[in-house]
Amino acid sequence: MKKTFAMLLALTMVLTLCLTGCGDSGGGGERTVNVCGWGENIDPELIDRFEQETGIQVNYQTAESNETMYALIKQGGTDYDVIVPSDYMIGQMIAEGMLAELNYDNIPNFSLIGEAYKNLSYDPENKYTVPYTWGTLGIIYNPDMVGGDIDSWGALFDQAYAGQVGMIGNPRDAIGAALLYLGYSVNTTDEAEIRQACQLIADAKAAGVYQGFFMDQLYDKMEAGETAVCTYYAGDFLSMYANNPALRFVVPKEGSNWFVDAMCVLKDAEHKEEAEAWINFICETESCLANMDYIWYASPNAEALEQYPAYYQEQNGEALDQELYAIMAAPAEVLERCEPYLNLPADTLALYTDLWVDLGIS
Amino acid sequence: MKNKRALFAVPYVGWMALFVVAPIVMVVLYAFTAASGGFTLENFARIGGYAVVFTRSFQLALIATVICLLIGYPVAYMISREGPRFQRVAMMLVMLPMWMNFLLRTYSWMSILENTGLLNRFFSAIGLFSLINRLFGVQLEYFPMINTQGAVVLGMVYNYLPFMILPIYSVIEKLDSSLLEAARDLGANSLGVFRKVILPLSLPGVLSGVTMVFVPSVSTFAISKLLGGSNELLLGDLIEQYFVGTSYNPYLGSAVALVMMVIVVVCMAVMNRFGEGEEQAVML
Repeated sequence: MKKTFAMLLALTMVLTLCLTGCGDSGGGGERTVNVCGWGENIDPELIDRFEQETGIQVNYQTAESNETMYALIKQGGTDYDVIVPSDYMIGQMIAEGMLAELNYDNIPNFSLIGEAYKNLSYDPENKYTVPYTWGTLGIIYNPDMVGGDIDSWGALFDQAYAGQVGMIGNPRDAIGAALLYLGYSVNTTDEAEIRQACQLIADAKAAGVYQGFFMDQLYDKMEAGETAVCTYYAGDFLSMYANNPALRFVVPKEGSNWFVDAMCVLKDAEHKEEAEAWINFICETESCLANMDYIWYASPNAEALEQYPAYYQEQNGEALDQELYAIMAAPAEVLERCEPYLNLPADTLALYTDLWVDLGIS
Repeated sequence: MKNKRALFAVPYVGWMALFVVAPIVMVVLYAFTAASGGFTLENFARIGGYAVVFTRSFQLALIATVICLLIGYPVAYMISREGPRFQRVAMMLVMLPMWMNFLLRTYSWMSILENTGLLNRFFSAIGLFSLINRLFGVQLEYFPMINTQGAVVLGMVYNYLPFMILPIYSVIEKLDSSLLEAARDLGANSLGVFRKVILPLSLPGVLSGVTMVFVPSVSTFAISKLLGGSNELLLGDLIEQYFVGTSYNPYLGSAVALVMMVIVVVCMAVMNRFGEGEEQAVML
């Protein structure tokens, strides 16, 4: 039976090897670039077009979350050139010296990026990153099931919704929502505040508010009317909305997180030149428009943001719903009450992980 | 001649060394390493805090194993007593679910058990809830099944039941029928034949069945995530969180994995010892 167990372990390892090793193709002279992003986070036609235009082969791989991507890179055995993590993870990676400085001469299209998305806190001098998408975290709810409108993070901790809430399954967003409800910053390093936020979640869990802690299962659960309230990302709301138009999205009055996912090149990337060519291609207005239409996350390309409603009409033969567009690309007055996540110091991160495990144990 | 035969073992030995021994060695090394490098026992000191997770995982796996045994043994016995054509069809039916991906199967249980899932909708359609509500004066709209420990155990039983049936079946099926005839000749009634001959001789099959259900149940993480809603961490979830999940700490993760492995190995060793004794008793 020791063997059975070990075989399982071995299997996992083989799988990991396959998953990470598959990118090794294309040795002899052929130019390649290995990209790692989220699942369903790029228009696949862009990959074909880039390959035709440049002759560079793209190996597109996906990771489940920022934390998984970080773990995969740390464990070694990956060969990513370009990765697309979120703001706070970029901050951590820069701090740990994992990223390469970019040569912006090779990325002329960087000039198309709106000023609001440059020099952000995770990369204040903009030496390592080119933004890819942005959006807000908010509450998605089904007004028919909760019998009314929601405008506060309190909905995630309210016993009135007992058994109807799907809590988000990652610590940064879940604890962040609790911090915002309590009136604290999502970037607080005050241990007492973070503990209080976790206690709020633990109490709600003990009171039976949550069905569970979910990530992508939320698509099915929200669309089917199984779950009435959850917190998730604006772009994903639009996917859910396409399948269940009863759903609503709100950026709560206490404020929220506005996140940026940005493209970076790893320090030990083997194909830096190809990586920069890829990043430059993705920044083209045309690429950004196609991507927005496919993944429903807002682009940081200023032209694309402006042209998208017209592009949508041309592609889909109907006018773009302005309310939905405001959810996808939140207007300035919404962003005003939103705060980006900053990289937290190591001991705060350790506190987050410990408290998160405790939440699962209790 | 002998050397030549040893050559046949080369692929497996190589495989073992690379994918079985090496990972275990790595797990052991990591478990005794501090995040900053260097030897430490601190990882094990922290495991005390996870006692609840250990108890919960072993408890659920044990329940699932017992249920699998209770369902699996009679089925395996029944199938093995039937004609060859029935056996072939029955075996295929047992294996049938395994032709589909494990995650997909578990995912579909999610939509069966949900509050708005197939089962609850069926109950509601046949008027079960309105009947209960009228009889007991309650306001029941659905049976809460998803995101409970019961759903997790169900997922384990469903996914691993074939691993209980197959080894028991193949042992009983190969029993020498002359032994059974001899027992009957010597005056045993059919209960006696089962209790004194079939049951003891089928124990090796039961033991491997129990192992093959218990071990994956203890370490599962997909089932508890999909059917348990991640409300109560199991060992597999904990280890996954430390390796690729939200709390990257492979050192602590390895320590948890190592302790789990040791407990499982000890459990199995004790059980095998017990099983060996039984077999010898039968031989005598």
